[in-house]
Amino acid sequence: MNPDYRPYHPKWFRRRVPIFWWLRQAAYVKFISRELTCLLVAYVAILLLVFVAAVDRGEASYLALVGWLSQPMVVAFHVAVLLGTLFHTVTWLNLAPMALVVKVGGRRVPARAILLGHYFAWVACTIAVAWALVGP
Amino acid sequence: MSDTVTMEVLRYRPEEETEPTYESFEVPVQPEWMILDGLNHIKDQLDGSLSYRWACRMGVCGSCGMLVNGRPVLTCATYMESLLPGPIRVEPLRGFPVIRDLVGDITDFMGKLAAVKPYIVREEEKPVEEGEYLQTPEELAEYKQYSMCINCMLCYSACPIYRIEPDFIGPAAIALAQRYNLDSRDEGAQERMDVLSQHAGIWGCTLVGECSEVCPKDVDPAGAIQRYKVSATVDFFKSVLMPWRKE
Repeated sequence: MNPDYRPYHPKWFRRRVPIFWWLRQAAYVKFISRELTCLLVAYVAILLLVFVAAVDRGEASYLALVGWLSQPMVVAFHVAVLLGTLFHTVTWLNLAPMALVVKVGGRRVPARAILLGHYFAWVACTIAVAWALVGP
Repeated sequence: MSDTVTMEVLRYRPEEETEPTYESFEVPVQPEWMILDGLNHIKDQLDGSLSYRWACRMGVCGSCGMLVNGRPVLTCATYMESLLPGPIRVEPLRGFPVIRDLVGDITDFMGKLAAVKPYIVREEEKPVEEGEYLQTPEELAEYKQYSMCINCMLCYSACPIYRIEPDFIGPAAIALAQRYNLDSRDEGAQERMDVLSQHAGIWGCTLVGECSEVCPKDVDPAGAIQRYKVSATVDFFKSVLMPWRKE
């Protein structure tokens, strides 16, 4: 390397990254929304565990939890949670073809087929869980 | 259609000023003029001190990448007419320190590119008398997409991770590593994995996906990085479950 070269040249201008850089472009907003809504997925998982614990403690405990969940404000909050987790799931599944390169008979499986496979698995899991909870 | 358009060009003259400023130029709109033609008009006719990089004018050399209206593009491949009525704002690529006007310092990228060994690595070269390393069209198709990279660095400019974590090796370097990994003649995948399995390598990527959106050559660096993550994960589980397996 040239001895005159200085990696941190004092006269070069370096732009600072603003804290709200992600608000400047729709694609960045979508990315941050996708990443942040993963917290809602974690919340739903914890809520499920709380349900299991309430059932374990007995009928009174379970009914108290259901009573709390039936309040209008709590219902409204959970509708928002549902929308957030749906957004997360859809944006996440849509990225799957980018990472998965599957070859069948020397030919690459088209992105649409991989996407359909994921959505099919999602619907199948949803039906299985609903069947387990509600019964046939 | 108006005859002229205003081009707001970022100027930075370190010997005169400590902060960049925007300077407006009225540039004639000619059919089929690119942004680069507008900049050349400014330099030829209005202000010869304007500094920027360009060479081939046909989307091959990768040196004229700039931010045009906030989006990283090749200025030789962006029609001025597509951005009328203007004003058209031209800035240097984000993520690189500005040396002067529209010229950024790319030393960081050059170092990262070298770190991933973007060339065919052989454990043992066969003697010249034995001839070339032959390849089938199918083997070529495996990596051809990634070999289209022209090192224009638009993907670095689109990547927010690179700006926030400057150690991140970045989209083009990883796509080029993948280009050689997928080449049937190459045997350097493990050496590259040693560099890329670090946090600053593939795991630094959080899949914003903008690198692939702005790529003028459809290289899809975001896809290359995700494929790399999948193969690194598979390798890890194989090494845990089958420790007797040879690397």
